[in-house]
Amino acid sequence: MISTHDLMLTAGKRTLVQGLTWSAHAGQCWSIIGRNGAGKSTLLRALAGLQQPTAGTIAIAGRDVNDWPLEQLARQRAFLAQSRHDAFAYSVMDSVLSARHPYHANRYWEGSDDHQIAMTSLAAMEVADLAARDVRTLSGGERQRVAIAALLAQETPLLLLDEPANALDLSHQMSVMDLLARLCRQQDKTVVMIGHDLNLAHRISTHALLLMGDGRWQAGAVEDTMQPALLGNYLGHPLDMIEHGGRRIFIPKENSA
Amino acid sequence: MLAFAVLTLLFAGMTGSIGVPLADVPEALRQLASGHPDSLSAALIDLRASRALVAFATGGALALAGLMMQALLRNPLADPYILGVSSGASVGALLAMLLMASTLMVDAAALLGAVGVALLLYLLARRDLRSGQAAEGGAAMLLLTGVIVSALCGSLVTLMLSIAPEGRLRSMVFWMIGDLAGAPLRLAPWIVLVGALLFAMKSARAMNMLALHAEAAVTLGVRVGALRKGLFLVSALLTASAVTSAGAIGFVGLIVPHACRFAFGPDHRVLIPASILSGGAFLVLCDTLARTIVAPQQLPVGAITAMIGAPVFLYQLHRLRK
Repeated sequence: MISTHDLMLTAGKRTLVQGLTWSAHAGQCWSIIGRNGAGKSTLLRALAGLQQPTAGTIAIAGRDVNDWPLEQLARQRAFLAQSRHDAFAYSVMDSVLSARHPYHANRYWEGSDDHQIAMTSLAAMEVADLAARDVRTLSGGERQRVAIAALLAQETPLLLLDEPANALDLSHQMSVMDLLARLCRQQDKTVVMIGHDLNLAHRISTHALLLMGDGRWQAGAVEDTMQPALLGNYLGHPLDMIEHGGRRIFIPKENSA
Repeated sequence: MLAFAVLTLLFAGMTGSIGVPLADVPEALRQLASGHPDSLSAALIDLRASRALVAFATGGALALAGLMMQALLRNPLADPYILGVSSGASVGALLAMLLMASTLMVDAAALLGAVGVALLLYLLARRDLRSGQAAEGGAAMLLLTGVIVSALCGSLVTLMLSIAPEGRLRSMVFWMIGDLAGAPLRLAPWIVLVGALLFAMKSARAMNMLALHAEAAVTLGVRVGALRKGLFLVSALLTASAVTSAGAIGFVGLIVPHACRFAFGPDHRVLIPASILSGGAFLVLCDTLARTIVAPQQLPVGAITAMIGAPVFLYQLHRLRK
């Protein structure tokens, strides 16, 4: 679904990622894991086409991202930004309807089918009752769920999410993650997301991509990459792992000082 | 709204230091249409209506330019003058006045100044307008560049005002406040306005995307870089055209888009026609007031816009919060 070839990302003089040749296929759910500033968001922005990589290529559905017409590409992949700044008083409904833009940029108004899809997405995120609210009056968690609802309404096979669990309470973290896992399993979508909660990530991910922040990276199935020693190395803090009811729980080790 | 706009034009035609009774209007309009304005009423309406048409085009252009600037900078406090296009025009116009140029030369100099500043800004900020690397900082860089250029022009204006001879000071100040007296009815501002309207209607959806999602609108299929360049150039053109024919009339470009947002919501597909119509109508009303309030003396319309607009706006704002 999405692949990179010999990708290099830099920030200023620092090399964040080097020689990344990687691919994610339909039905896979990837977590990108790394320390702050390791280039996770930079990588995701590059994958979304918001930023040109320093070197290398990115292909979506077998075609270089730069060769896709933007509008068609917007029907292939959706992107959830890490943060939002709402300057104008759009309603929740407006903001979700905007995700239908790539389907009819030539029409002046949206159709009733768009409203239908927007309502379904809002209901999936349990925010249907907020439809008429001004986006600027929502709480952080509500705003995040509305943003994810917009992502769903875009109906793309590839979803790129920068910290989807941000600002969500425990129960909504779980329901959002379960929803993403279902999208992968049942609808064969591809999910690539960034998250800081290892336990949450391990619960739903099939694969993980670890970034060191100095160019090094490691990618593979969760069983191989989400090992305490490896994760501890990439995150800069030693970890313990407990098996509990078939699940792996990661716990940071206490500093023995 | 369209009907209201036409009504204001008619009202402007009837009102003045010599009133035209409503009964005379159809006859006068008929004479105008046939091309032989014989009666006094017809002549008056002819004079006033052409001035009202100038006011309408100016007000509509300023309101639309303000709306575009607010969407471009994603800042509801932006107005058409924020990037210094009008300051550039002021420098040009005042310089021409200082050199005792003719009215036509003053207009040309104003246009030159506005276009010059717009081009300078465009060259400086071209990279920030493009999507991608600049991320969220792009609009902020453009804004800062504009404010600095504007400040530079402002100092030039102050300099010229301080060395100007007494006799010319009054007309210079009037120009800067914005004055429709003696502004000739030209076709060009209307062509610019209609052209800009077409561009805006075509980009209305994309403007919503930009206002909602900023850079991330790219992932929804909006060509953000091209849209920003378009918005910048078209709003600069609108501002230049408005300022050239009427001077730097304040307030319209900031408040009319805001008032429309309160009344109709933030959807640009509604806001664009609404802003043009209400901006035009508002300036026609203000100008009518400006030339009747202390008739036969005429005030510059720029002195009136804020005087009427501010209380109306404050009332609306206050009512909304309750």
